[in-house]
Amino acid sequence: MENIVTPNQPSVEPNTTIESDMDRRLANIPKEIPGWGIDADPENDPTYPMKHRTGADYERLNYEKPPQQPINMEILQSIERPGVSRVFGTSTPPAGLSGMIRRFAFRYSESTYAHWVPLVVADRIGVVEGIVDDLKQGHIPNIFAERGWQAEWKYNRDGMIKNIAIGVGIAAGVMILLSQKKKHGKG
Amino acid sequence: MLAMNFRGPFRVRADHNRPMPEIMHPSDAIIRVTRSCICGSDLHLYHGLVPDTRVGMTFGHEFTGVVEEVGSGVQKLKVGDHVMVPFNIACGSCPFCKQDLYGNCHESNSQASAVGGIFGYSHTAGGYDGGQAEYVRVPYADVGPTIIPEGMDLDDAVMLTDVTPTGYQAAEMGGIQKGDTVVVFGAGPVGIMAARCAWLFGAGRVIIIDHIDYRLEFAKSYAYCEAYNFKEMDDPVVFLKRTTGWLGADVCIDAVGCEAAGNAIQSLVGRKLPLTGGSATALHWAINSVKKGGIVSIVGVYGPLDALVPIGNVVNKGLTIRANQASVKRLLPKLIDHVMSGRLNPKGLISHRIPLEEVAEGYHIFSAKRDNCIKPVLIPPKAYAA
Repeated sequence: MENIVTPNQPSVEPNTTIESDMDRRLANIPKEIPGWGIDADPENDPTYPMKHRTGADYERLNYEKPPQQPINMEILQSIERPGVSRVFGTSTPPAGLSGMIRRFAFRYSESTYAHWVPLVVADRIGVVEGIVDDLKQGHIPNIFAERGWQAEWKYNRDGMIKNIAIGVGIAAGVMILLSQKKKHGKG
Repeated sequence: MLAMNFRGPFRVRADHNRPMPEIMHPSDAIIRVTRSCICGSDLHLYHGLVPDTRVGMTFGHEFTGVVEEVGSGVQKLKVGDHVMVPFNIACGSCPFCKQDLYGNCHESNSQASAVGGIFGYSHTAGGYDGGQAEYVRVPYADVGPTIIPEGMDLDDAVMLTDVTPTGYQAAEMGGIQKGDTVVVFGAGPVGIMAARCAWLFGAGRVIIIDHIDYRLEFAKSYAYCEAYNFKEMDDPVVFLKRTTGWLGADVCIDAVGCEAAGNAIQSLVGRKLPLTGGSATALHWAINSVKKGGIVSIVGVYGPLDALVPIGNVVNKGLTIRANQASVKRLLPKLIDHVMSGRLNPKGLISHRIPLEEVAEGYHIFSAKRDNCIKPVLIPPKAYAA
């Protein structure tokens, strides 16, 4: 298959040498200041004991990486990082209208609503697309079974009957109201 | 193969026609699943609260299984090994993995920068199909998967892939000192385990807060803690202040996350609409119930959007907030020892063992809290294959 990467993303990782060098210089500067680090107390690091400080942070992206999983499908990628991670999931690549919306969302960073809100919208559209796909494949979704209502019937039968009765009652009330409105409208 | 198939909020099905996973990277292994839990955080996906959760995905990040096939680069695992698989997908070589932050791997998820790859947990966590299936692809197989020790019960092993390390790390992040009063918000499996583990760090008093009576009863006996129903209080924060001599708890743990009950506004904007990263009621209470200079530990899962929390009180009280996805690989050696020596009994949390074919019922029972459900485990039909 052809390699496909989100249009707004670079297909290869950009050269990170400049940024990394800058970081290393910054890391070295404080060491030249008299008294630097004299009161540092690793035991007082609020990330202990979760993090074992090794200085690996200062390598930035210059660490030895695993080989790259072949990119033979469309992978939407955060603009807050360069390149595709060395492994990635291959479940459900973007497709259809929801896929178009997801591509739009990935033009924006994770710190913006422009990223997350379209993704939520795409998820809801994806539900409708899923039903259409099921029907195309000759599968009629069994909503009762998919919602696990057999378990509800088994463990909460009274509550289920009550909820159904309330639902039917509300639907009947709405229908009566609508039919009366129609009658009055004609009169 | 048979696998769970997400069809939309509150809709999943057991699908017999899912494609078999394949080796896609030299570090991959294919695992035949023997146990797979439904996690409380799976319910956030199930309820449609995590963005980029796509129809057709298979959930499941807590599972054990037998190695069926390995990629050319796998050296530590071999076909036939029975392993527990941490929920974090971790490369072992990025700066974060090197510092034991295996929940923050930089080489397993390029679809979001805030979280590493997680099996079966939306595309926001990397787009991997999960373990609520007969077979699953496991990347970086030499890093995360750990051979189940001889003599360990399989039900204990599967509970070591997330719920036990997450509960343990919740207590660990609390920085509990001997004699401390620890309040855990949420009597779900992780909250109960956090309460149980708080004792391991020397807590002097452990209190758990929830609104589901059967879970509170269970927590009392399982975690040896005090348990209170916040619906029976005018104000849980005032209750906790009063019961801690009006100074507040030393450590508060949020083990609820984005679907907390107890505040109508939070529930409306965080769960029903949802306009925020979730209903942050438990976190709100944790911040307000902890003492000045205290520690709030967060393991509850929130969405990526903003959440309503009293950040001014965090500043004014001088609080330390610690939070992370559990670093399962880091904690496994210690937790295996706790289990094998009988100090922890993770399988005691399991209330339901459900065939994978009945996954829809399993999700409903857990979500609607039917039949006194604490923790459901799915068992695939091939779990017992030779």
